[in-house]
Amino acid sequence: MSEVLVVAEHADGVVKKVTSELLTLARTLGEPSAVWIGPGYCDAAAATLGEFGAGKVYVADGAQYIDHPVAPRAEVLANLVSEHSPSAVLIASSADGKETAGRLAIKINSGVITDAIGISADRIATQSVFGGSTVVHSKVIKGTPIFTVRPNSTPPVPASTTLTRVDVTVPVSELAMKAKVTGRTVAQKDGRPDLAEAAIVVSGGRGVGAAEGFAVIEALADTLGAAVGASRAATDAGWYPHQYQVGQTGKTVSPQLYLANGISGAIQHRAGMQTSKTIVVVNKDSEAPLFELADFGVVGDLFKVVPQLTEEIKKRA
Amino acid sequence: MKIAVCVKQVPDTWAEKKLRGDDSTLDREAADGVMNELDEYAVEEALKLQEAHGGEITIVTMGPERAGETVRKALSMGADAAVHLVDDTLHGSDALATSYALATVLDGRDFDLIFFGSESTDARMSVVPAMVAERLGVAQLTFAQKVDVDGTSVTIQRVTDYGFETVVASLPAVVSVVEKINEPRYPSFKGIMAAKKKPVETLSTADAGLDGSRLGLAAAWTVVEDFAARPPKATGTIVTDDGDGGVKLAEFLAVQKFI
Ligand SMILES: Cc1cc2nc3c(=O)[nH]c(=O)nc-3n(C[C@H](O)[C@H](O)[C@H](O)COP(=O)(O)OP(=O)(O)OC[C@H]3O[C@@H](n4cnc5c(N)ncnc54)[C@H](O)[C@@H]3O)c2cc1C
Ligand SMILES: Cc1cc2nc3c(=O)[nH]c(=O)nc-3n(C[C@H](O)[C@H](O)[C@H](O)COP(=O)(O)OP(=O)(O)OC[C@H]3O[C@@H](n4cnc5c(N)ncnc54)[C@H](O)[C@@H]3O)c2cc1C
Repeated sequence: MSEVLVVAEHADGVVKKVTSELLTLARTLGEPSAVWIGPGYCDAAAATLGEFGAGKVYVADGAQYIDHPVAPRAEVLANLVSEHSPSAVLIASSADGKETAGRLAIKINSGVITDAIGISADRIATQSVFGGSTVVHSKVIKGTPIFTVRPNSTPPVPASTTLTRVDVTVPVSELAMKAKVTGRTVAQKDGRPDLAEAAIVVSGGRGVGAAEGFAVIEALADTLGAAVGASRAATDAGWYPHQYQVGQTGKTVSPQLYLANGISGAIQHRAGMQTSKTIVVVNKDSEAPLFELADFGVVGDLFKVVPQLTEEIKKRA
Repeated sequence: MKIAVCVKQVPDTWAEKKLRGDDSTLDREAADGVMNELDEYAVEEALKLQEAHGGEITIVTMGPERAGETVRKALSMGADAAVHLVDDTLHGSDALATSYALATVLDGRDFDLIFFGSESTDARMSVVPAMVAERLGVAQLTFAQKVDVDGTSVTIQRVTDYGFETVVASLPAVVSVVEKINEPRYPSFKGIMAAKKKPVETLSTADAGLDGSRLGLAAAWTVVEDFAARPPKATGTIVTDDGDGGVKLAEFLAVQKFI
């Protein structure tokens, strides 16, 4: 069977859920080999990669790969592609992931498909475009196909293998070092699931009214084990940090369940959540456009409906 | 300082977007064309830098005849000149072809800074700025929520999943912007009048020295097999809160096995 490269997404030595999903998907295409780029490779990371079926992991461990944005990652991958001739490269559809895919495509003169939600055994990708209104099947016809795949599109299934570690050293080129990261400002972590990967997202918008108002959103999220999201109106007002913004210029989420509270449904917000499997809307205005997408909607004051829902869930637990 | 801003004409943000039945490309006739929203932020940022540091702003676009409207809009916001790459053979170009065409037009014009939006609203790939940087061999500073220039170098705040990174590079550099960066101006009446007299250089692919075998639908590295409109979502259940809205919602979640 042919080798399929899967780029591991990781933070602080922890492999993200999307990588388990990509490894699961890669097993339907060939034999997955994971690629670790950046510092912090560890036993826990190896365990996760092996658990989801990576037979090999190429490890390019070092700070030099992340001290310059994106370009070094593409160089490591281009090197692996030319040495091992994999039959496809799978990368998570994050901002960095897509840019890495784009640069890699040029280096290896191959086509790239972004935001796939599925890939068939004959390498035809499914994309959900125009806010989910159109489903497209497309494929790469030149070079080694490069796909970026949206989080939450393949349920991760374990398939334990013995993982072989292969260390790789790819010198970072002069060109890739032209942009240098001189500082990182890390926003407070909230201990909740990662927004882009969460199975349930509870969001608040302008209707939440104030930073304090987000307490009811967080309380509901915590009873559901959900991530918290926000509309741009809420992040712009400073009620909730920017990294929780859902939408065209925030995160794209595709959870099993998305609960929108006090959010009207502007096109830019929809762009980030429209492919959620089940959508619940709470809004006091029955004309709010987001109700068009709702599987279940409540016309009412979120400060009454949401706490009641939280209580009811606790009662039933 | 010489600044370029790459702008793309896209279907109106609120319009229903479609693919064409004949060749599966974007149906550009189905809706009014507008400047990609984020590209307005890129134009605005260039104008602000020009106000602070002087220099000249050139708009660069690749697109059909009518993308000229988007060029005019950028000029009426205050940009000085434009280059419009327009040629029927460009129709259906994918990301590799688009980045090749844009990089070729930009190359050799001695730009210090090349601005982009960070994503288009139609194809939403968010790759073209990185690909142009790769092709030109210049620094990539993308997803900027803040840009500072000091003559020879540029510093940005790059939005990341966990907050932001400060990224520095010597000029020249490619910079893409997110919407947090500024508030784009509306063209003034004076700006609209002045735009009519500003120079727009119209280039064919031959004028630009492009290799036709790397452009357009026939040369694409990717191909659409088929597409279909997703069946419209069945209308959901909407209830009005009469004091038990939260309970009803819990019942729905229980039936759906979320709780
Ligand atoms: C280039 C660009 C990019 C953008 N990117 C994004 C993006 O990534 N994400 C994003 O979200 N937006 C984005 N926007 C902004 C978007 O256009 C909207 O302005 C924004 O989504 C509105 O947020 P909202 O729905 O919370 O606020 P509003 O539209 O003001 O809606 C608030 C809603 O709350 C309801 N409400 C008020 N009080 C209550 C209450 N007590 N109980 C229940 N309901 C209540 C109201 O009826 C109303 O429907 C972008 C805009 C631009 C131009
Ligand atoms: C629904 C859909 C899906 C597609 N999927 C793929 C795919 O998977 N793979 C693929 O290779 N192609 C794909 N394409 C083709 C793709 O639209 C074009 O290649 C396009 O040129 C680049 O994509 P983008 O608009 O997403 O650019 P983005 O990378 O999102 O654009 C970012 C910025 O680049 C600049 N820019 C982009 N295009 C131009 C332009 N023509 N002129 C000037 N500046 C510009 C703008 O500043 C813009 O804000 C798809 C097209 C559609 C309509």
